[in-house]
Amino acid sequence: MKPAPFDYVRPGSLGEALQALAGHAEAKVLAGGQSLVPLLSMRLAAPAVLVDINALPDLDHVRVDAAGVRIGALARHARVLADPDVARVQPLVTQALANVAHATIRNRGTTVGSLVHADAAAEMPMILRLLEGSVDVVGPSGRRTIAAEDLYVGPLESSLHHDEIAVEAFFPALPANTGVAFAEIARRHGDYAMVGVAAVVTVEGDQITSAKAGYLSVSDVPVVVDLTETLQQGGDPGETALALLEPETDIHATAEYRAHLVRVLTARVLTAAVENAQERV
Amino acid sequence: MTEKTHELRLTVNGVTHELTVPARRLLSDALRHDLGLTGTHVGCEHGVCGACTVLVDGKPMRSCLMFAVSAVDVEITTVEGLAHQDGSLGPVQQAFRECHGLQCGFCTPGFLTTITAGIEENPDPTEDEARDMIAGNLCRCTGYQNIVKAVCRAAELKAQGADR
Amino acid sequence: MTTKLMGTKVQRVEDDRLVRGTGRYVDDVAPDALHVAVLRSPHAHARILSIDVEAVLDIEGVHAVWTYEDLDGAMAEPLPLLIPHPTLTHGRTQYALAKDEVNYVGEAIAMVVADNRYLAEDALASIVVDYELLPAVVGIETARAAERLVHDDVPGNVAARMEQSNGDAAAAIAAAPHTLSLDLAIERSACMPMEGRGVVAKWDADNGRLQVWSSTQTSTGVRAAVAAKLGLDLLKVDVITPDVGGGFGVKINHPWPEEVLVPLAAMRLGRPVKFTEDRREHFISSAHERAQLHHVEVGFDDDGRVLGLDVRFWHDHGAYTPYGLIVPIITSTQLLGPYKPGAYHVQFDSLYTNTVIVTPYRGAGRPQGCFVMERTMDAIAASLGKDRAEVRAVNFIQPDEFPYDHGLIFQDGRELEYDSGDYPAMLTKIKDLVGWDEFEQFRAEMAGQGRRVGIGLACYVEGTGVGPYEGAHVHIETSGKVKVATGLTSQGQGHQTAFAQIVADELGVRFEDVEVTTGDTRRMPYAVGTFASRAAVMSGSAIHKAAKKAKEKALRIAAEALEADVEDLEIADGVVSVRGTDASIPLGTVAVLSNPLRYAFDEASKAATQFSVGDPGKPPVAEGDEPGLEGKDFYSPPRSTFASGMHAVIVETDPDTCEIKILKYAVVHDCGHLINPMIVEGQIHGGVAQGVGGALYERMAYDESGQLLNASFMDFLMPYVTEVPTSIDIDHLETPSPLNPLGIKGAGEAGVIPGSAAFAAAIEDAERLSITAMPISPSELFALRQAASTNAGETP
Repeated sequence: MKPAPFDYVRPGSLGEALQALAGHAEAKVLAGGQSLVPLLSMRLAAPAVLVDINALPDLDHVRVDAAGVRIGALARHARVLADPDVARVQPLVTQALANVAHATIRNRGTTVGSLVHADAAAEMPMILRLLEGSVDVVGPSGRRTIAAEDLYVGPLESSLHHDEIAVEAFFPALPANTGVAFAEIARRHGDYAMVGVAAVVTVEGDQITSAKAGYLSVSDVPVVVDLTETLQQGGDPGETALALLEPETDIHATAEYRAHLVRVLTARVLTAAVENAQERV
Repeated sequence: MTEKTHELRLTVNGVTHELTVPARRLLSDALRHDLGLTGTHVGCEHGVCGACTVLVDGKPMRSCLMFAVSAVDVEITTVEGLAHQDGSLGPVQQAFRECHGLQCGFCTPGFLTTITAGIEENPDPTEDEARDMIAGNLCRCTGYQNIVKAVCRAAELKAQGADR
Repeated sequence: MTTKLMGTKVQRVEDDRLVRGTGRYVDDVAPDALHVAVLRSPHAHARILSIDVEAVLDIEGVHAVWTYEDLDGAMAEPLPLLIPHPTLTHGRTQYALAKDEVNYVGEAIAMVVADNRYLAEDALASIVVDYELLPAVVGIETARAAERLVHDDVPGNVAARMEQSNGDAAAAIAAAPHTLSLDLAIERSACMPMEGRGVVAKWDADNGRLQVWSSTQTSTGVRAAVAAKLGLDLLKVDVITPDVGGGFGVKINHPWPEEVLVPLAAMRLGRPVKFTEDRREHFISSAHERAQLHHVEVGFDDDGRVLGLDVRFWHDHGAYTPYGLIVPIITSTQLLGPYKPGAYHVQFDSLYTNTVIVTPYRGAGRPQGCFVMERTMDAIAASLGKDRAEVRAVNFIQPDEFPYDHGLIFQDGRELEYDSGDYPAMLTKIKDLVGWDEFEQFRAEMAGQGRRVGIGLACYVEGTGVGPYEGAHVHIETSGKVKVATGLTSQGQGHQTAFAQIVADELGVRFEDVEVTTGDTRRMPYAVGTFASRAAVMSGSAIHKAAKKAKEKALRIAAEALEADVEDLEIADGVVSVRGTDASIPLGTVAVLSNPLRYAFDEASKAATQFSVGDPGKPPVAEGDEPGLEGKDFYSPPRSTFASGMHAVIVETDPDTCEIKILKYAVVHDCGHLINPMIVEGQIHGGVAQGVGGALYERMAYDESGQLLNASFMDFLMPYVTEVPTSIDIDHLETPSPLNPLGIKGAGEAGVIPGSAAFAAAIEDAERLSITAMPISPSELFALRQAASTNAGETP
């Protein structure tokens, strides 16, 4: 299990990096590499060029303000997870990050890298979708912001162009009266979840004014379901969600079991998110 | 066609090495085969088992998920760098011996590096925290029971020898 | 006075090098070697129409590319069938490189030797193979249906059918007041050591010798195989087993294709050559185990006493049978555990499938047998409404019934005769340890909190220490240091420590002065290997005997030197002294005296000049004597020892998510006298973790076409620390074996054997659902709950 040969550049500036990408249709960006390198070693991917962005300056930031959390392309999961301001301003990011693989992987893997790897079984793309965040990318024609809902276009496929580099992700701050919760069930601790669900719920007094849930591992792309109406009408949120999800059978779980977990976890995270919202009133 | 190579410097256990490798050379292979530091073991080459874990600027990382060319500008610590200056065993090494925390020894270097960083961050772990610390490393021999004990013992030894 | 080390928790001598990273595993030796990569079949069943390697030859850095066409002589013959058996009527083995046909995904087809592994893997991509695909046979039901065949000339896919009886089981069942029948299944798993296979070879043209390092469980076996395959004299081949990163059985099979191909490449190319198996290769080209389907018919009385037991099972041995029928024979005999059914009949078919070969994995057929027997015991208890422990107790062989002959033939071809044990005492211990009698109260408390718990118990007996023999050589150097060699290999069991304890005790030398070498044919060319929990029993006993011989000689020479009677001598801390006097002589000096040299080299030689031994009127080396202070001996027992144990587990199942959590795990274990309790407990811990893996997580997931879907650590779910019990409560019972001088039995496999049986029982107890197939995942538990509620809904 050794990677096929590739050319390698380690640019010192974003401009150089973009140039390197522009020159090769089969170039890949290397940041943390925790998803990419296994694919290379198994020869499931064989890019002609790797553009290693680890030497780029000023991309390892985690900036938090009232609007939300801005995470640079070279900020490692561990750093984001450990940031108390992130946990304060957008606790769902912290809760979800704690479930990303194992600590050693989080020491190297980057949050932005995980977002643009666009794995529907991974935690962070779903969280970005649920929180309606965005990713800033830079390409030959300059910088643009891709809203999360436009980012995920297919299985392991984002709307980034091959000559663009994701430089920053933005997770909006959690508003007042709003609570969050995250739960996932994996075969082993640290594995990709069989099902994961996160919820964001806003309350006014005893009333739920908004409730949304995000799902991982039960669809090709991260899916967010608006459960507000269902809850307001006393419906079954799990069933509402399942109508939009496509749980499949694999070696770890049947589609039926995944659907069951969707129901169980949806109920659990909604309850927890409501409680959390009420604490934040 | 000859594959292009890169000249680079790796700083490992405080020593800077110059080597010439192709870009695809995994850090684990560079350590083992180019630098002869065979203490770092390769158990899966897809980042799951943790046997190849080394410290990169003090943080545990999988050396099979890094390329040597990308490991410049950092300080790498391998199992060979965990003993004290005088050659005596470091606290984690000593604790593994005392607690029978290893059998075949193949996964051990990855545990030792991981725990070295772990007790640096949390010098007095509970058993639950000890389990959390090693949750990303596979061992097929010990059932982890004595490794958990060794984490706690290592923290104790480290605290005792803090003036070393 | 030297303290007795046998039975004490001596820290391991292996650890210093291993924790420093200075151990030597096979991939660590010969850094200048060329590297091998193997082209493996992507298809489960196909005819090879052509192989084109043309493109590889031009690749820079490639030294050789071979297919079957490049092999000749014995290398062109199939690999050996190591353990033939009269009932193995249709045994088949593969070629080192496939000839005409491949029978599993992963079968070796071609080999490339290159400057490094990266280049060798590049080259594999340039080999073009034209296949004619054949339908694959995957799974026991498909193999049994025999609508298609793995090997054209093996009818029904049946390699072997074997049958054994003790009494008339069918009649006993027919006459029994109660009967039950059960169908029970266990899936495929694998040893999965952290280090895969590996082999390095160097051809020393100057000396005409071949040196081979292999990550094996039998260096003497590999040596014989290499010599035979390469047409070399045995004495021209050395095989060294360096540090090994775990075995658990998979490394006992030999020779693997690479174990003969790499030495051949080293000879042909005149360069050191290395093969280091990667993880994907380990999944698809090493061995698996465990898959069996079982049908049980049992007749019993009102107390639950088994009057007749008839077991029919089907064993999936994969595409070939290099290791014979060891695994199913063990299941068929060892499923009896600590019980004595009135009559027993067993029959099994060993079936071909287009999957990776099956050879023993720690436990070797016993986990399946234990699962079958213990599920049967639980079913009897359930049908009679009796306590599960009580039903077991009425079936136990009693302590006064040893030696107990089951009237069957065991895997070693000897009688299945248990040497010793005390199962009632063990049952009392395990019940106390797990809190069996208090469990209903605990269940009620937990139910009050809306939690669901269950308890399970499983008992086993394990034939350990099988023959034929092991040997040992003990050499006392003139420095007083003791060098010990035994031929079997070590994979983490702490042999260097445990064996040194035995030697230090017997010889009266300091533990630190004893150095043990294992698995090096240069030091001990006669050996069998490490498997069947036999190392401590076999090599331990051989070492004890060899040390005793060395000691006898030391005392004889010392008596002469000290002018004393042997009976008056004692040895402590490496010094022989005359009891009650100041007269003494270090063992190192005795070693000098034992070797009447013409030349003196060192201080020890000078020191020896004060003593005088030997009769000047006789030859310096007396007739029948040898120079040197050595002892060599072999241990070859009439039959196996039988260790035993009982495990109990308490689990909690989540009523909503079906997750299964371990609340308590308890083990009572009897391996006779313990050499080093620390090491034994470590073996149990590791075994239990593998038992947890086998019961709740690990399976080989093949699809219908024979592709292994989870050939990675991402998807083959070996437990991390987060999946094993937070503690394992262990109690020992020591019923010494009468078969060996130390009274020991083996301990290596014990921990894993009752895992699936105990978990199935506990989950069944928690869920009130019949558990008949293991492993079980939350998804499968969910399906069982669904099926039960559907059935309940249909029942009026």
